[in-house]
Amino acid sequence: MVKLRTLYEKIWDAHVVARRPDGTCLIYIDRHLVHEVTSPQAFEGLRLAGRTVRRPDLTLAVPDHNLPTTPRRDADGHRIPIADPESAQQLAALERNAPEFGVRLIGDADAEQGIVHVVGPEQGFTLPGTTLVCGDSHTSSHGALGALAFGIGTSEVEHVLATQTLLLKQSKTMEVVVEGELGFGVTAKDVALAICGHIGTAGGTGYVMEYRGSVFRDMSIEGRLTVANMSIEAGARSGLFAPDEKTFAYLKGRPMAPKGADWDAAVAWWRTLVTDEGAVFDKSVVIDAADIVPTVTWGTSPEDVVAVTGVVPDPASFEDASKRAAAQKSLDYMGLTAGQKLADVAIEHIFIGSCTNSRIEDLRSAAALLNGRHIASGIKHAMVVPGSGLVKRQAEAEGLDRIFTDAGFEWREPGCSACLGMNPDKVPSGERCASTSNRNFMGRQGPGARTHLVSPAMAAAAALTGRLTDVRELLKKEEGMAL
Amino acid sequence: MDKLTTVEGKAYPFGMKNVDTDIVIPSHWLKTISRNGLGKGAFEVLRKEPGNVFDDPAYAGSPILIAGDNFGCGSSREHAAWALGDLGIRVVIAPSFSDIFSSNAFKNGILTAILPQDAIDRLMEVAKGPAGTPEEIHVDLEQQTVTTRFQDRFVFDIDPFRKHCLLGGLDEIGLTLGDADGIGVYEAKVAQDRPWMIPAVA
Repeated sequence: MVKLRTLYEKIWDAHVVARRPDGTCLIYIDRHLVHEVTSPQAFEGLRLAGRTVRRPDLTLAVPDHNLPTTPRRDADGHRIPIADPESAQQLAALERNAPEFGVRLIGDADAEQGIVHVVGPEQGFTLPGTTLVCGDSHTSSHGALGALAFGIGTSEVEHVLATQTLLLKQSKTMEVVVEGELGFGVTAKDVALAICGHIGTAGGTGYVMEYRGSVFRDMSIEGRLTVANMSIEAGARSGLFAPDEKTFAYLKGRPMAPKGADWDAAVAWWRTLVTDEGAVFDKSVVIDAADIVPTVTWGTSPEDVVAVTGVVPDPASFEDASKRAAAQKSLDYMGLTAGQKLADVAIEHIFIGSCTNSRIEDLRSAAALLNGRHIASGIKHAMVVPGSGLVKRQAEAEGLDRIFTDAGFEWREPGCSACLGMNPDKVPSGERCASTSNRNFMGRQGPGARTHLVSPAMAAAAALTGRLTDVRELLKKEEGMAL
Repeated sequence: MDKLTTVEGKAYPFGMKNVDTDIVIPSHWLKTISRNGLGKGAFEVLRKEPGNVFDDPAYAGSPILIAGDNFGCGSSREHAAWALGDLGIRVVIAPSFSDIFSSNAFKNGILTAILPQDAIDRLMEVAKGPAGTPEEIHVDLEQQTVTTRFQDRFVFDIDPFRKHCLLGGLDEIGLTLGDADGIGVYEAKVAQDRPWMIPAVA
């Protein structure tokens, strides 16, 4: 009898080059995305050892973390120098390393430039059933298209550049099932945050997740990208969606996707990439869609989630002593008190962007609320950073940029930006940001910055009221308006 | 990679849970193009707190770090492992680690040893010193043990391949390139079975 396999096991089996007696496998890597932060030491390692890049044709380099989101070229097309010399040096290193090793580089001012995890799917570089890696933990995003995708460290980047393989142990499997229908005003981001809250930031450690159930089947590809992106926030290196008709429709015609007869052959194989009926997962997590509401984070870990209608939890309510201490430390850092209503928390900064929520649907969802309105007077700074130059262009074609700028937002160039503040986009110490990014760690958006993770619609709602706001209150006023 | 066989010395009694790699090394330190010198950025935010263990002269130069659950969660930045290595840390002992951090640490000759919370609690006591002066901890990779002079003996599991590489200080890329023929065979088979996989980057 043929062994019943999960989607993960099928992709894994198709990529085993060699198996060691202890179970460690040499796994072939089909796609490698490279950015400027985690690659310089890897290229340097190759150079010192006299090694080459084995498959430059499977490698794509895109700078994203350090780039300023202000204009990059002057009126004459000359580069405007990056003010921070270290950021400039890192970009220069990528611009030197890519051609030296024969790797295609999408440059800082190319229309296709953007956050690697937005660019990969958008270009059709990311394909179902491929193994895809990048020196960035949010590589899990690409699992939305059915790619086994995971973040790696710089030594592994060097290993993949040199050998196009990685030495790995097979992970355990976890299914995350959300059945039912999402409520009014509830988005993919709320689902992702709910999962983090449900299983905790270490809950997925050692597992590859597969997202199953009607909510994920009904979800758009961009929504799936948001959910898969935050798999790592729940500890899982990868999160998979079985490829389906939506996946194929999304990919068809993308510049790097297969064409013609190749496309048909690819789709035929992709259709086999589903978990066999009766295949067993090592762990199963089931969440009822009806229990998911518009969500915000209150603390300094993505598992610190609460309904926007709720209150800041009391550290004393946690069972174990170390969690109580951690919660108190988080509240001190966040400047919040137990029992405080989230809806009373004033916000000074709004960031719409990051590999989690910077795609066209995210921008449309925020713009729908902002249309014809203006940010509250308490908001010191609000900005939109599109995920790529192509997202930016599309948004401009739809007039979204005008909606944002008329509302008081800044409309920026694409990049990672204030998600982690490696470029000048930071939240000042002690100030509070409603952010569509993925991590509310201490100091993540800048030293002392206080981050509340939210969906794009909730970020827009907070911008309009100047405090954390239940997006449903604003939506009700707009008859028939949906996210 | 430096060999790791036994490590003996004082340990930072850190113990914090859910330490993300932004805490180990904040993002502004990631702008380097070198692997060296990141120790001064390690735990930068925590080191602003008076009385933190990293700036306590009693623990200066400790080769062992004792931490809480889920150490190294979050970003894949290998700079976190480089920063710890630059501080002189060769072993991190915790109840659990994030997968990516653990892999990064190992590739830099740093052992991530998993022990249950009660063992961690005991080692924290020893590291602080039952009599008020820090006591040394002994880690033996061959035996897979963590011991103290107070007859504590804890055994940890480790992946045999990782153990082999750490003990030998082996270059993993060199090892894999030894299997280059196998990689070529795989590539040829994929080129035949799934030719559409190949031309990704125009």
